[in-house]
Amino acid sequence: MTADEKPAAPLLKVDDLKVHFAAARRRPFAAAATVHAVDGISFEVARGRTLGIVGESGSGKTTAALAILRLVPITAGTIDLDGVRISALGGEALRQMRRRVQFVFQDPFSSLNPRQRAGAIVREPLDLMGIGSPAEREREVAALFRAVGLRPEQQALFPHQFSGGQRQRIGIARAIASRPDLVVCDEPVSALDVAIQAQILNLLTRLQQTLGLTYVFISHDLGVVRHMCDEIAVLYLGRIVERAARASFFRRPLHPYSAALLSAIPGAGLGRMRLEGDPPSPINLPPGCRFAGRCPFAIDACRQSDPPLRAVADGHLVACHRVDDEGTPPHHAGV
Amino acid sequence: MTLLDAGSGWQATGPAGMPEPPGSDEIAAGSAAARPLREAWRMFAGNPLALVGLAILAGIVVMTIIGPYLYPVDPFDIVGAPLTPPGEGGLLFGSDYLGRDMLAGIIHGGRASLTVGGFAAIITMAIGISIGALAGFYGGWADRVLMRVTEFFQVLPPLLLAMVLVTLFSPTLTTITLSIGVVSWTNVARLTRAEFLKIRSLDYVLAGRAVGARDRRLIWRVILPNALPPLVVAAALSVGVAILFESGLSFLGLGDPNVMSWGMMIGQNKQVMLDAWWPTTIPGAAIFAAVLSISLIGDGLNDALNPRLRRR
Repeated sequence: MTADEKPAAPLLKVDDLKVHFAAARRRPFAAAATVHAVDGISFEVARGRTLGIVGESGSGKTTAALAILRLVPITAGTIDLDGVRISALGGEALRQMRRRVQFVFQDPFSSLNPRQRAGAIVREPLDLMGIGSPAEREREVAALFRAVGLRPEQQALFPHQFSGGQRQRIGIARAIASRPDLVVCDEPVSALDVAIQAQILNLLTRLQQTLGLTYVFISHDLGVVRHMCDEIAVLYLGRIVERAARASFFRRPLHPYSAALLSAIPGAGLGRMRLEGDPPSPINLPPGCRFAGRCPFAIDACRQSDPPLRAVADGHLVACHRVDDEGTPPHHAGV
Repeated sequence: MTLLDAGSGWQATGPAGMPEPPGSDEIAAGSAAARPLREAWRMFAGNPLALVGLAILAGIVVMTIIGPYLYPVDPFDIVGAPLTPPGEGGLLFGSDYLGRDMLAGIIHGGRASLTVGGFAAIITMAIGISIGALAGFYGGWADRVLMRVTEFFQVLPPLLLAMVLVTLFSPTLTTITLSIGVVSWTNVARLTRAEFLKIRSLDYVLAGRAVGARDRRLIWRVILPNALPPLVVAAALSVGVAILFESGLSFLGLGDPNVMSWGMMIGQNKQVMLDAWWPTTIPGAAIFAAVLSISLIGDGLNDALNPRLRRR
């Protein structure tokens, strides 16, 4: 790792983040089970860049996103934003930190208060964080509306009077109102029509360039991730199984799970790899690799020991016993 | 952090790749529902029974407010022979077993009944919403403790508890109002808690926290307004229940002896019920009309504020 590669400290640094929930007891007096929603993930995002986190339902994507914003309790691990250990903040310090990290929700219908007018929704972060004078806030809200492609006159309308795409624009305006450094986007387009998706993605890209935003972009859609992200982390059952730069990842996915995900995209040039079965329960985790039960290349070692995330090529990290040290994945062996 | 001036730094609307602003038709379609209150009133006004209820209640309220000035007779004064039938001796509603004017009793008694009903409902809602909101929002230990307290009040027979409270602190309108409020908030608390449990996990509450809202704001400014429709209905109905409670207490002789009320009129005349129908039937009809009108209004509000019905 040379100074050239990493000119500055990362804006966001997550280290061994764990979020565990107590599951409801099935029987009275049974031991409380633990759901390992996020189970030790680490990553960094440089300022102005976009990290994509991909994974299927239940992989812990949304929980990880909420944990970065401190909207769910963290079990273990640290989160640093621009050198500030935000995982250790509480009370008023935590509240003040929130202006620097914002969130774009997946569902544009449930994420806006139906009793609040659009203008008040976008203005709320400014009011609550005490940003600017009331007159400045008014101008700022109008500017934010224009910035996300809405008309300032629409401030007086209620959320139900907007379409899904427009509502997502309101959500984005709210997220950028406090001038955050980091915006976590939790599947921001998955609830929208395909035609609207592109508009919203272009808006996010343009805002990133204009405002110098850093994104953590969560998605299950690899096509969207390829379009948006500089770096990709694949999440499986609360663990990162592969992390790589976009080009490296899409050229040569190393983890069998990543390969299976990519092979599901038509025209990706990979033979279709079908996965059998479902992920194991995040309550009773298998002892070895979490993917072993569905992996066509699993050997005994996979079922016995949990593979660590290791670098096999320049900046390409993978957690798989079957990837050799030269970075040859099992699905490429012999090809 | 400085604020951007309007326009600077932002791209103006309209360059290539930018979606055009929504058409005006979309705005027009929404304007009918632009004001939720106006829309609710439209639904309410389209409900004949609710309007009948509103008319009856308005009539009773107006009567109790201006009646004593138009008909300045003390309801405790003896104005004629006992049990004068209605219409005789210049007494529209007749007289009771002591010869007191029934009409004056109805007018003045309505004041006590409606005042107690209204204020007791306010107390009921204040206690119920506070306890339900805190239990539903915080969950965990706060919820467990507050719900056990609620259940404690639920298992006590409310009328009996109100009787104990009233006799403990001499019966005046204030103590009667407080007693009714203190014994009847449990349903409101459970209703509020259920609404809070439902709403607190919605994304917009999380979004409020993400933009820096404190708990107090989330409870009172974000969740409560969205939980309001069923609570408005509960409030209307609790006025009716409180009027019945007050009548019940007065009937049992636990009313304020210095203030005429409908329940007291029934209670004092109950022994002559078989000899003369009017001293008990007329105040009974007044209670019936008041509670019925409030129930009709509550039903109308329920339909008007229920979003599923509104979109029909």
